[in-house]
Amino acid sequence: MLSLNAEAIAAIRAEGEKAYPDECCGFLCGDTDEKGGRRVEGILPVANASEREEKFHRFRIEPDDFLAASRAAGAAGLDIIGFYHSHPDHPAVPSEYDLQLALPCCSYVIVAVGKGMAEELTSWELSDDRSRFNQEL
Amino acid sequence: MAVTILIPTALRAFTGRQSQAQADGKTVGEVLKAFADANPDVRQHLYDENGELRSFVNVYIGDVNIRNAGGLGGPIEDGDTLTLVPAIAGGVVCEPEQKP
Ligand SMILES: [Zn+2]
Repeated sequence: MLSLNAEAIAAIRAEGEKAYPDECCGFLCGDTDEKGGRRVEGILPVANASEREEKFHRFRIEPDDFLAASRAAGAAGLDIIGFYHSHPDHPAVPSEYDLQLALPCCSYVIVAVGKGMAEELTSWELSDDRSRFNQEL
Repeated sequence: MAVTILIPTALRAFTGRQSQAQADGKTVGEVLKAFADANPDVRQHLYDENGELRSFVNVYIGDVNIRNAGGLGGPIEDGDTLTLVPAIAGGVVCEPEQKP
């Protein structure tokens, strides 16, 4: 379960358009309740660390950037509860590659960006057996 | 005193929802092993079938990634803080014609 406010949705869509034709990526900062429900307070954009010629269909977040973001979130009393990235000219559906690299207990927000314009935005959580993503938004 | 291990959200489901844990050891590897022994569900997410640290798991002592320092054999002292940092990556569907 993910609760994502209009402001965060608008920010992710804007990041996707700004990065086009490359993929954008970033962190979802917020908290998790005792039932595992996640609530986003804000997003933290981060550089896509993929190789230049791979950025159109790949994103990667450097561990140093993850550490810095989790400290920044922690200073605000928040956690990193998930990640967002864009799919330039592809639907907002996780790829097999996304699935292989996914972590449990996190939200994966994907925004489709077609010809530079943000389109559908979805969110996904890895199933307990790692076999698939369950859509939460 | 022991070493404090900071656990990312993604691994807390396997540590009884704790955000940190304590473990003892003289090297980074010993501390992680003690942590995995105390939280058996987390083991498969830290180590591969050969007992090597998974490539998407990064371990920091303070601000230093152990891959750039002494690795799992590097020394660690009581009062140090280990942070587990996952590597995050993904991408769009890879169509057959785009595959190498
Ligand atoms: Zn993707």
